[in-house]
Amino acid sequence: MIPELGHMALILAMCLAVMLGTIPLWGAQRGHTPSMALAPSLAMGVLVFSAISFACLATAFLQDDFSVKVVASNSNSLLPPIYKFSAVWGNHEGSLLLWVLILSGWMAAVAVFSAQLPTVVLARVLSVMGLVAVGFLSFSLFTSNPFERLLPGIPADGNDLNPLLQDPGLIIHPPLLYMGYVGFSVAFAFAIAALLGGRLDAAWARWSRPWTNVAWAFLSLGIMLGSWWAYYELGWGGWWFWDPVENASFLPWLAGTALIHSLAVTEKRGLFKSWTVLLAIFAFSLSLLGTFLVRSGVLTSVHAFATDPARGLFILIFLGLVVGGSLTLYALRAPSVGSRISFAWLSRETLLLVNNVVFVVATVSVLFGTLFPLIMDALGQGKYSVGPPYFNAIFVPLMAVLIPFMGIGPLSRWKKDSAARWRAELLVPALAALALGIVLPLFAGGDYNVWVALAIVLAAWIVLGMLRDLYNRVRTAASVGRGFRRLTPSYCGMFLAHLGFAMTVVGVVATTQYTEERDIRMQPGDVQVLAGYTFRFEDMARVRGPNYVADEARFTVLEGEKVIASMAPQKRRYLASGSVMTEAAIDDGLFRDLFIAMGEPVGDGGGWAIRLHYKPMIRWIWLGAIFMGVGGFATVADRRYRRQRVTATSNVPGAGYAA
Amino acid sequence: MHPVRKQRLIIVGSVVVFSSIAIGLAAYALRGNINLFYPPVDVMAGLAPVDRPIRVGGMVVDGSVERSSETLEVRFLVTDYEAVVPVVYVGILPDLFAEGEGAVAAGTLNADGVLQATEVLAKHDENYMPPEVADALEASARRKQEASL
Repeated sequence: MIPELGHMALILAMCLAVMLGTIPLWGAQRGHTPSMALAPSLAMGVLVFSAISFACLATAFLQDDFSVKVVASNSNSLLPPIYKFSAVWGNHEGSLLLWVLILSGWMAAVAVFSAQLPTVVLARVLSVMGLVAVGFLSFSLFTSNPFERLLPGIPADGNDLNPLLQDPGLIIHPPLLYMGYVGFSVAFAFAIAALLGGRLDAAWARWSRPWTNVAWAFLSLGIMLGSWWAYYELGWGGWWFWDPVENASFLPWLAGTALIHSLAVTEKRGLFKSWTVLLAIFAFSLSLLGTFLVRSGVLTSVHAFATDPARGLFILIFLGLVVGGSLTLYALRAPSVGSRISFAWLSRETLLLVNNVVFVVATVSVLFGTLFPLIMDALGQGKYSVGPPYFNAIFVPLMAVLIPFMGIGPLSRWKKDSAARWRAELLVPALAALALGIVLPLFAGGDYNVWVALAIVLAAWIVLGMLRDLYNRVRTAASVGRGFRRLTPSYCGMFLAHLGFAMTVVGVVATTQYTEERDIRMQPGDVQVLAGYTFRFEDMARVRGPNYVADEARFTVLEGEKVIASMAPQKRRYLASGSVMTEAAIDDGLFRDLFIAMGEPVGDGGGWAIRLHYKPMIRWIWLGAIFMGVGGFATVADRRYRRQRVTATSNVPGAGYAA
Repeated sequence: MHPVRKQRLIIVGSVVVFSSIAIGLAAYALRGNINLFYPPVDVMAGLAPVDRPIRVGGMVVDGSVERSSETLEVRFLVTDYEAVVPVVYVGILPDLFAEGEGAVAAGTLNADGVLQATEVLAKHDENYMPPEVADALEASARRKQEASL
């Protein structure tokens, strides 16, 4: 009964989304106010019914209703309740329903928090999002119905959730990632609404900016969690593989990063308008492309739940409609919204332009590397794979080019700045960065590492440049406390995000350069010394978990003579599916992680293949990403996003948004 | 020059410069870093290059996995049911690597026709087969069917 209820609710959500996608849009074109005014209520309605539908599916999972196909294939009565719940999105059908739920959540949020928008703009924005929702709802209903029953042959128990997905990180990774993916649909909807209305101005940028920042922040955190999960769960100690599926989430992030910077220029200076719109379309299209790549089964990945050509085709058509439709609209409307404001060579605009060019080039290169094997395969040219060396060779130099500009960015001025001022302001930070870069690697011990030195110079350059700017801002205030209070949330957000970026740069380079690892046969009683740590294999034990049994290897780790950790990696066998999984043991720290994973038994003497890792500063990568995410959220607190309507449109009359 | 025009020139210029850098880097990076997949039958026929990075995949032959008792060396055979390729790998195999299951090995072929693998990939879950392997098996099954007609 409950699954049918969920199915009904999904159909009702679909009906409401169709209404939302048509009536307010029609009203906006005709200037028919009652139709436009329907938009917020319809958006709320879509949310209510998607939520009911989602709740029904969750109930089916929690109650072990194995007559529902997705429950039978992805859950098991032995599964702990929290994983039964997260199993809802641990499969294709359910994850799509989660996507729909989050999309309608964003829609409702726009309806609630944008009450001060002109009715016609709000109507268009919600309508465009409604059309996107129609796409995904019909995808769910027509090709991947989550409520399909297995009748009459109801299995006694389910197939179990893939053990890799039975993990706390995986409970929140997909929802966060989807919040980011889908969040770009808001920026997209604002862009399309602006093109439809023919008015692209500072006010438009101000409206869409907070939404874009929040979406970007969610995406940053989602990607971070995915990387962290891969590190501790996949058992080989890597944190980023340039796997096509990782790229699928990274591409919208790259385009989104360009977008949030370009939106800043559009809001503050009224420049780059057409470009910003294009980026908004680009970012959302890449989210859709990511969905296509991940969900169509064209890629080999843990994320590719199902390989059903009909689904791939559906998303491809949907993607074609969205990209084709919005680009056509762009081609028709964009020239009418060009800008004729000028800026000097040395100005913040130029620096942000550099940011945009670098990020777009990075996006395109990563996109190329990701699609290359698919294109070659489609052309019958053979099955290629493009590995990390390609992506590193492109991505690392691009980021290195970006950072020198990034250091100047925060203290540069809009419109026109001078080289003399930059020299005066940044001489001290530059020298200090250089000194730090030269000195700090000495403390790491071992051979002096030039790459680490370079990374520290670049990261210190970003941070010290910002500190110089902060000092300037605070110094001019009556007191230090007041100076800090005068900083806007936008500024603090930028500061945190750039700081996070610098931390990530240091973390990535230090981890890559200083990692020591050893794959070796060990048996109880054996001792290995790695990077100054002594790993002593004490004994083996049999351990029973809620739905698995495990062989556990117990290690004691010593630094010198002192015992610093007991570590117990496991080799688990899950009872329901019989699948085997490695559970790594990690002793974490701000400056180094120790990592032990088990391979397989070797020989008859009780030996095991053991993987030992020493990974310095790996936490900085994720800590940096958290800072970026928090920075993104912080910007939303800015007051100027809340008192809008009149003040926001200083250079454009507030009226006349209708076409 | 008119400021707006000058500005456009800067924009176009920087786009051109950065994209050329990117294309150069991409071409450089692609040179040695892509590798092609070969089904065992092609390797047997000598179509696969020696000492260049390639991938070979198929089913792991039942009973062919030999582990050294002292080191992490593993030897096994992969097949598409038409030909077999011996693989040597030193290291830890993925959890879902098993005899009678699909696997892809990346590495270089030596003069004796043995693949020295640097990486072995298996499927990610119970019901999943690497697509290259699935295609290779399908092609081999098709050829067999044609041969028997």
